[in-house]
Amino acid sequence: MSRVNRATATQSLSVSFTVGLYGIAFGAAGIAAGFSILQTCLLSLLTFSGASQFAIVGVMGAGGSALSGIATASLLGIRNGLYGLRMAPVLKVRGAKRIIAAQVTIDESTGVAIGQEDLGNQAMKYGFWLTGFGVYFFWNIFTVLGALGAQAMGNPSAWGLDAAVPAAFLGLVWPRLLGRFERTLAASAVLLAIALTPVISAGLPIITTALLAVAFGWKVRP
Amino acid sequence: MSAMWVGVLGTSAIAFILKFMGHSIPEKYLTNPRMLRINTLIPIALLSALVGVQTLTDKGKWIIDQRLAGVCVALIALRLKAPYFVVVISAALTSALIYRFK
Repeated sequence: MSRVNRATATQSLSVSFTVGLYGIAFGAAGIAAGFSILQTCLLSLLTFSGASQFAIVGVMGAGGSALSGIATASLLGIRNGLYGLRMAPVLKVRGAKRIIAAQVTIDESTGVAIGQEDLGNQAMKYGFWLTGFGVYFFWNIFTVLGALGAQAMGNPSAWGLDAAVPAAFLGLVWPRLLGRFERTLAASAVLLAIALTPVISAGLPIITTALLAVAFGWKVRP
Repeated sequence: MSAMWVGVLGTSAIAFILKFMGHSIPEKYLTNPRMLRINTLIPIALLSALVGVQTLTDKGKWIIDQRLAGVCVALIALRLKAPYFVVVISAALTSALIYRFK
């Protein structure tokens, strides 16, 4: 293995393991929201996109309909499509390989690949595949562990799972709150969703805040 | 089929379609800067809304309970740049302790 590849491999694997650990929080969140172990694990195997998975269990766990859950999760999944757009010319794959590449196109695989840009196309490909498969492996292993653990616990409130789930979301959104602009949007979304909760049916207050994102993004930032 | 199953399979199907579309559509069709900007803001709005609703509401009502304390501790942990699992566990511990002794 060349020197270049070793650096890429180290980065890919450390990202894979650290991100995979989040799977514990997701597994527990799925069970706390009333999904079965099988359903929770299938979300990690098939949906395989952390924010979307947390969204569907979060919305449906709060009593939202399947439709509002799917809509919220799908809005969060749009960015994976944009990552695919970015990765396609780097990977240049067709057929079955393209299907596999699509499934592992997430924040982390794309992020690591773009991080290797200076090292050339080969390193980018290597980073994408290694991180994609690595996260897939660890994320699914840790989802099972989290789901089994939560199942064994019983009452979610007695173990603090009721607060662990929103804390897990907070941890996901925190790195995105780079400046005043993002923080204002986040605070507005919290207020709007809470204000709407007693008024419209569960799940809708969350997806309504996507309109705030549209309003904030419409004008060029100062 | 239960609503949960519809949710699991529907989310998975659309998630895959979105990913696959990205790999199949020529790049020139999706580079509107306004769309790109809005797309980076959508996760911020939705995830923040989820935090708020899961912390301060239950079954369609506003409620202040042990969850708020847990999430406040998580916020402090994040401000102190604690790793993710410390953030989640400190929130869980705080909430569980208050639930047990309230």
